[in-house]
Parts: sequence; structure tokens; C-alpha cells
Amino acid sequence: MGWIGEQIDSVKSMQFRQLLTQAVSLGMIVTSALIIWKGLMCITGSESPVVVVLSGSMEPGFKRGDILFLHMSKEPIRAGEIVVFNVDGREIPIVHRVIKVHEREGSGEVDVLTKGDNNFGDDRLLYAEGQMWLQRHHIMGRAVGFLPYVGWVTIIMTEQPIIKYLLIGALGLLVITSKE
Amino acid sequence: MHSFGYRANALLTFSLTILALMAAMASFSDNFNSPSPAAHVQVLNVNRFQNRPNGDDEIGMTLSISADLQSLFTWNTKQVFVFLAAEYGTPKNAMNQVSLWDGIIQLKEDAKFSTKVKNKYRFIDQGSNLRGRDINLTLHWHIMPKTGKMFADKLVVTGFQLPHSYR
Repeated sequence: MGWIGEQIDSVKSMQFRQLLTQAVSLGMIVTSALIIWKGLMCITGSESPVVVVLSGSMEPGFKRGDILFLHMSKEPIRAGEIVVFNVDGREIPIVHRVIKVHEREGSGEVDVLTKGDNNFGDDRLLYAEGQMWLQRHHIMGRAVGFLPYVGWVTIIMTEQPIIKYLLIGALGLLVITSKE
Repeated sequence: MHSFGYRANALLTFSLTILALMAAMASFSDNFNSPSPAAHVQVLNVNRFQNRPNGDDEIGMTLSISADLQSLFTWNTKQVFVFLAAEYGTPKNAMNQVSLWDGIIQLKEDAKFSTKVKNKYRFIDQGSNLRGRDINLTLHWHIMPKTGKMFADKLVVTGFQLPHSYR
């Protein structure tokens, strides 16, 4: 009880000016996180520069909970690259490997077929009904870097929202009660 | 000042920083590896060659693939994804890549292999442009690290001219 009492006392004894400082520092934390995210978007040219692997379809290369760094350049898409794509009518983007490429003469329009390394067949079953190929606009980026396990943090937080709120609450309390 | 929370925070920040630094160094060390892979591919037989009802050409072949990719492996290598692609140009498409066979190599010992396979994925053109077409058989590999940057490269192994008539 002693610790909690102390914390409550420290909140009570806070001056208005101190409160303002805390609010500003909290704002700084939030905005700097936002700046980093938006800055990454600018540098990588991809609308989501970092994705978390949610399924085992690329095992043993990528496991659930791994993080991928994406990059989207003007360069043509080639077989073997791991791309992240959105299919019409599906909310969650998919990370799979390109196995076939047919690129038009001149216009540079491209038809792409993908497959998960761990899946038996190609991805036509995952595409929208009747869709045979992915086009350029379906593709959000190609994977260039890899970091294991880190994505578990977000998976746990989305699946167990209580932990998320506990964490946010604890961090908020820490910011409010910390002196200096 | 030196409360429990303060110390826990400092410890966590420090350990995460060290971990990130080590991961970055491991990934950076991959740059010092200059691999010298070798590969040999041969088309043993064209099993079938036909025009499908929708007008697209399809070909089935038996391939002999042997390669030594052991030099690609470093201490930061989790696996090497290797695939053989047929690459060709047609009047319709400037660039066509069709994967014919692929494999995942997780151990350096398995990176020297020799295999005889039928094409694993269907070799279908967009249109009927395969008769007498010159294709390049290219061995690609994609190195997945334990952590950090991924690498990819390729080796044009052999050219091959497809038959002039359906069979």
C-alpha cells in the first residue's frame, strides 16, 4: 500500500506548471513516434514500412511473429522477390514469393503470380474470384530486411487487448508520476 | 531517483540497445562474404508440348540440376531459397519469368546437390509464342538471414531452344 499511497500523494502534490511539463513531454513522445513512422514511409516509399508475419505460409523462412521491413521502388518486380500484396476484398495483406512474371512490352504493365514457400499450391485460391494475376497496384512493397520475434509484441497486444490497456496505463502513470 | 522503476527501465533500454547493435553487426558481417556459386542445368527431355484450349502454349520438361551453393552460407544464414526460372521474351511480353523448380536449403551440407526433376510448376506462356523460342534457364537464389538484410542473386546457367512443333 505504501507505494501506491506515495504515488497518489505525488500526483496530488503536483503543481499546475509541473502538470503542463508532463503533458508536453507526453506529447513529445507521441509525436516523435509519429514522425519516425511517417519518415520511414517517406524513405521506403511503402505505405506500411514494417509488417508483422501472421501466418506460417512462408516457413521455415518467416515464422509467425517475425518482422519484415518493406521497400517500394520503381524497379520492376522479378521472380523470387518476396512481396506484400493486398487482394481486393481482403483486409489483411499477404507476404508471399513471386514465382511467375509476365511483363508487357512498352507499357511495363506486369502480371505476377505468387506462392507461399510452405504452401503446396500457388495463390490463385487466395486471390479474388476469377483473378488470375496480381498487378502492380496490388503490391505494397517488397521485403528487404528481417527481424525475428519482435512482432510478437503486436500480436499479443491485438489478441489480448487487456494487456495493451494495462501497458498503456502503466506507461501513462509512469510519465505522470515521474519527477524530472 | 534510483527507484526500482528507474533501474528496470535503464536495464531494459540498455539490453535492447545491445541486442539491436548485435543484430545490426551480424547483418553487416554478411557483406564480407564473397560467394562463388556454381551450377549446371540441362534439359533432359521435352515430355509434352501443346496448345491449350484457351490458346496458351504449355510445355513439360525433365531437367537435370546440379549446383554448389555452399559458399553462400555464413553464420547469419538461416536458409537459402533456390529456384530455376525460364526467362524469355515474346512479341507480347518483353519479359517472362516462369519458375520451374524450387527448393529450400537450410544446411550448408545440403547446399551441394544434384537432382533430376520434372518441372514443379506449370510452364504456360501468355499466348502461343513458345514454338522455336530461345529461353534462358537461370538459377536464382534468395538468402534469408537469421536477422537483417536479405540478399538475392542469380546465375544464367544455360540457353535452350524449344521445339519447333507441338508434340
